[in-house]
Amino acid sequence: MSSKGIRIEGLKKRYGGGDTAVHALKDVAMDVAPGEVVGLIGPSGSGKSTLLKCLGAVIDPTAGRMTLGDEVIYDDGWKVRDLRALRRDRIGFVFQAPYLIPFLDVIDNVALLPMLAGVPNAEAREQALELLTALDVHHRARAMPSQLSGGEQQRVAIARGLVNRPPVILADEPTAPLDSERAMAVIRILNDMARKFETAVIVVTHDEKIIPTFKRIYHIRDGVTHEEAGEGRGFD
Amino acid sequence: MISLAGRDILHAWGKFVFTGIGLGLLIGVTLTMAGVYRGMVDDGRALLDNSGADLWVVQKDTLGPYAESSSVNDDAYRTLLAMPGIAQAVNVTYLTMQVRRGDLDVRAMVVGIAPGRPGIPGWPPYLVAGRQITRGHYEAVADIASGFRLGDRVAIRRNHYVVVGLTRRMVSSSGDPMVFIPLKDAQEAQFLKDNDAIWQSRRRTGANPAFNRPGVPDLLDAVIASQSTNAFVNAVLVTLEPGHAPEEIARSVGRWKRLTAYTRPQMEEILVGKLIATSARQIGMFLVILAVVSAAIVAFIIYTLTMDKIREIAVLKLIGTRNRTIAAMIMQQALALGLIGFVVGKITATFAAPLFPKYVLLVPFDSIAGFFAVLAICVLASVVAIRMALRIDPAEAIGG
Ligand SMILES: Nc1ncnc2c1ncn2[C@@H]1O[C@H](COP(=O)(O)OP(=O)(O)O)[C@@H](O)[C@H]1O
Ligand SMILES: [Mg+2]
Repeated sequence: MSSKGIRIEGLKKRYGGGDTAVHALKDVAMDVAPGEVVGLIGPSGSGKSTLLKCLGAVIDPTAGRMTLGDEVIYDDGWKVRDLRALRRDRIGFVFQAPYLIPFLDVIDNVALLPMLAGVPNAEAREQALELLTALDVHHRARAMPSQLSGGEQQRVAIARGLVNRPPVILADEPTAPLDSERAMAVIRILNDMARKFETAVIVVTHDEKIIPTFKRIYHIRDGVTHEEAGEGRGFD
Repeated sequence: MISLAGRDILHAWGKFVFTGIGLGLLIGVTLTMAGVYRGMVDDGRALLDNSGADLWVVQKDTLGPYAESSSVNDDAYRTLLAMPGIAQAVNVTYLTMQVRRGDLDVRAMVVGIAPGRPGIPGWPPYLVAGRQITRGHYEAVADIASGFRLGDRVAIRRNHYVVVGLTRRMVSSSGDPMVFIPLKDAQEAQFLKDNDAIWQSRRRTGANPAFNRPGVPDLLDAVIASQSTNAFVNAVLVTLEPGHAPEEIARSVGRWKRLTAYTRPQMEEILVGKLIATSARQIGMFLVILAVVSAAIVAFIIYTLTMDKIREIAVLKLIGTRNRTIAAMIMQQALALGLIGFVVGKITATFAAPLFPKYVLLVPFDSIAGFFAVLAICVLASVVAIRMALRIDPAEAIGG
């Protein structure tokens, strides 16, 4: 297995303690190579969001080990000091809804991330425009989010997730609000981008339309993951 | 880095401008209230300045003539004149009453000025139109704030006066315009009884056999005449010869003449410290209320604007925005609101001040103090929204 990408071993997450403790993640193991898109599927309440939050460094796991690229970021405790910088520089997020910042135009919605990392405005906008071009929404660069169609918004959101060239993309039901044609388009884009930028992508979904596109799928049930081969059918 | 606050304001400019205007009107009222107080103080000072006196001599142990009523014998000035150090001592009367011109009924302070020439205490120091009073009766000089014009005939009690001159900024401590008339007329007006009262008094006097003696036919007339003249004034305005300390002379007047004399600082203390103190406290209360209401408005608007952005703030935090950046964004928005409000308020107050019936004096100090108060209020008001924003969990962006 590649030393890059994402590796999760024996990850546990317990909410609360005592009698009311919820063991949301009991034993999670995943491996995603750079350039690979895997599906994470499971019924409601099985722990999908909890897993993304742990990997996204917004909640603390209880135990286990997580590796990003060559670096162990969690081993029964965080191994990186600045989780905010970790999220900003090394993890791209794509949500169910685009959640664009309504008061920033398209290009600055994307450029905000490099700007937050200290990249000068002009350079950040150049990087943003590159991504917008790759996702074919560059012609809307100066539009406000409210002026875009749903599909365009989601593409801008993906551009935002990718702009800092993170080694990891976490997508939480990114196709839920889209019709099947647009859903397929989003998955195709994620695959293209993963290949292009060598990004490891985890797509949480229970969208029947897109499940057949994954080559590998992780099922999660009651906080335990099982790997299985997907149909890997492609997009046509 | 771009200004998140600035972009948000540009995006929601309508909300900001309208709230800013609303806040601005409130701030305008606040500045005007402060101006009303300053105007009252300034009216008081103008009153003292314009009287031209160094000392005010009034009835013993009263705070006259402006804050309390005072009556002094109208020949007391002669004995004052005899005192060393006193250059001029001039009778004056003050009577606040309604002065009529046709249908127009104006509240005015009628000032009775002793015969003499311009420049003696009590006389209007300068005119903006017309001339000073030259005749002994039935001429008046009015402040233009009364609305009277040259040549107007105005009625004070039963007599009519022709307005021969106009002054400016000659007002009582409560802002009523002054109308100057000859002292004798004013004394009469002050104590004038109506016809029925005069008739009653004459009948009573005539029925008294001590006055109505068959052998002395002039006695009754003399008694009645003495009853209907008034030998009192409200104060004597005194100027001093150079080189004499007002405090000392005030003390010796108090000691020897069974009168009370006030120096200029004492009069100011009476006018500003006592007469308008209640009004000042009243205005102070209003200022506090307005400040609280402004703070509530800013807090409410900033809180709502932040509430509308919870999801976006969670996303901003998730993608690595510092808490500091988010707090700064909210505070800057509050300050921007305050800034818009202050500009609108200052403009409103400046244009509205001359429309008020009483003098509204906008002092730069009040504007500067108001500006910083607005900023402080906005910072305070944004605290609630900032606390809420800081509590937003970036995990909320990922959902359930
Ligand atoms: N903040 C929390 N506190 C306590 N229990 C939680 C919390 N978040 C999720 N859970 C529980 O953890 C389990 C997994 O939830 P979640 O990860 O949201 O599942 P999924 O996203 O697959 O629907 C559920 O039983 C849920 O009730
Ligand atoms: Mg979920």
